[in-house]
Amino acid sequence: MTHPAAVDTNTSRTFKRAFGDLSAGLRSRQLWSHLGWQDIRQRYRRSALGPLWITLSMGITAIGLGMLYSQLFNAPISAYVPYITTGFLVWNFIMSSLNEGSKTFIRNAGLVKHLPAPLTVYALRTTWRLSIIFLHNLAVYVIVIAVFFTSLNQPYKLISHEAAMEHPGLSWTSLLAIPGLALLLINGVWVALLFGIISTRFRDVPQFIDSISSLLFFMTPIVWSVDTLIARFGEDAGTGPRTLIYQLNPMYHFLQTVRAPLIGGEQSWTHWYIALAVTVIGWCLTLVVLRNYRARVSYWV
Amino acid sequence: MVSIEVKNAYVDFPIFDAKTRSLKKRMLGKVGGHIGMDSKVPVIEALHNINLSLSEGDRVGLVGHNGAGKSTLLRLLSGIYEPTRGTAKIRGRVAPVFDLGVGMDNETSGYENIMVRGLYLGMTRKQMEKRVDDIADFTELGDYLQMPLRTYSTGMRVRLALGVVTSIDPEILLLDEGIGAVDAAFLKKARSRLVDLVNRSGLLVFASHQDGLLMDLCKSAVWMDGGQVKQQGSVREVLTEYKGVDPFEKRAARRGMKKGPGGKGKGGPGAGGPGGKGGPGGRKGAGAGGPGTGGQGGGGAGRTGPGQEKAAGGGKPGGGNSDGTTQPNADSKSTANGGDTNSAAASNATTGNPASASNPAAGGGQ
Repeated sequence: MTHPAAVDTNTSRTFKRAFGDLSAGLRSRQLWSHLGWQDIRQRYRRSALGPLWITLSMGITAIGLGMLYSQLFNAPISAYVPYITTGFLVWNFIMSSLNEGSKTFIRNAGLVKHLPAPLTVYALRTTWRLSIIFLHNLAVYVIVIAVFFTSLNQPYKLISHEAAMEHPGLSWTSLLAIPGLALLLINGVWVALLFGIISTRFRDVPQFIDSISSLLFFMTPIVWSVDTLIARFGEDAGTGPRTLIYQLNPMYHFLQTVRAPLIGGEQSWTHWYIALAVTVIGWCLTLVVLRNYRARVSYWV
Repeated sequence: MVSIEVKNAYVDFPIFDAKTRSLKKRMLGKVGGHIGMDSKVPVIEALHNINLSLSEGDRVGLVGHNGAGKSTLLRLLSGIYEPTRGTAKIRGRVAPVFDLGVGMDNETSGYENIMVRGLYLGMTRKQMEKRVDDIADFTELGDYLQMPLRTYSTGMRVRLALGVVTSIDPEILLLDEGIGAVDAAFLKKARSRLVDLVNRSGLLVFASHQDGLLMDLCKSAVWMDGGQVKQQGSVREVLTEYKGVDPFEKRAARRGMKKGPGGKGKGGPGAGGPGGKGGPGGRKGAGAGGPGTGGQGGGGAGRTGPGQEKAAGGGKPGGGNSDGTTQPNADSKSTANGGDTNSAAASNATTGNPASASNPAAGGGQ
């Protein structure tokens, strides 16, 4: 691996080295993009459909869940299937950023011990792999939107209830999904670095994240929706203490920055402010951890 | 300027067992008393107070027993481990060849793996594409590069790795043992390429248990023992101390034995053994047949035969050794027991020579 001109371990714990790691990692684009693809290829080697399975399994789940829950929640299929598909799509990325991100360095133990490569390369490998999966899943979204476009193209209600809020429908504001996705990617990298480093030292962390991931899935409005809460408890459910169950969940805000534009849902800048704040705080924390423990990872893995 | 400067460097590995490696213990330790606080994490001191200064043109061999810290030192020199105490300044592009399996994709072709290895070493695909022909040439793998890597033998993998690493002009080349898995002819080729590379503007550190390889590739050597540098010096000095036998002597002996059968064969009866011993004489010009070496001394003549540089038949009393100075032990050993020397030489042979077999005939027959 190309090394900076001088490696002086007196300056090992400096922000300069932490930033150096980041920039060197970003510059090794061909390496991490190759490794990310290699992960996908290896997983689907010898299967006839290959990575198409990612798309298929996503499609099967989303449509199955969509059919079931649209009946349970008394929601029109044309609104509910796109809702759950998109929620699922974004959630998969967020949750696997946490799950797989925390295992980044543990999985790359061999390479970490054999290459003087920046740690960022491995974080980017993970994030890139998840992005590829996301892009595969996006095909399901495209199909679902194409099918239900006519009903999403105008104001609609997510659930059939007179108190339910009305969503504006798809419009040019849907393009906000693109910066929303970019923000998700940027967060994926710090999550992989921060949780990756912590997890190499404390091996219970990835187990803990695994164990709460399904709980988080049900706590976050993915299968259910804020509209359901409002319909169930009246208008105050949109403002009162009950809202804390999702307002306190940072994942919900990230989810909304991408999902709401994608399905023409009601958008709010609040989600953006919170998501941006999380991004800044997360990166600051990561830089500190990277400064202090970057050189320890090869000892810990 | 390519250089490695290591000062008072320590590499300490914390060993987290199942208990200390969990957050649980740590938290409970704080809450419920001092379980987690008192029991410090045990530490393995893998490298202890290392001082090394390497610069352009150096070709250094690393010797030492298993677990002496050779591989750890290589990783320190590559920047993978930053010292827990002390400093390590590394200037130059590092190219390590440690484990041939790591990061390789068995299912893709050799060609693709050349690309990947290049990427690992900081090259781009474009840069590697320019080098592929050269690598294919050098490794002699040819059309085999189209085959998936899983069909490759160990030797072929080594060829591939060496081909890549020598083609990219690294400044600091770090090789761990394992490259010995290739055949002698290729090794010769690789050697000249490696030496060229180092001469151009580089530095080589090579850990190995094979004396022959070390002598071929390196100018100086470092003996690691128990995580410390035990000795630093010329390959010969260090290997002599480390093995207790001068390896150059053995090697010369091997050469001598090879020539032995065709030699003058003045040897006395039962002189098979000395054949091993006379070698140095052949090489260095010191007579093998000193009186001290006993009646077999004559056997030495077998290799003072043709082809030896400066062979001198004379011999110093009691000093059959090539240097005529140190290592009385080595000397007496080889003289006392010819078979010993032979077997040592044979096992050491990189050329797989038949000399060891023919030697007794050479000596004894005449």
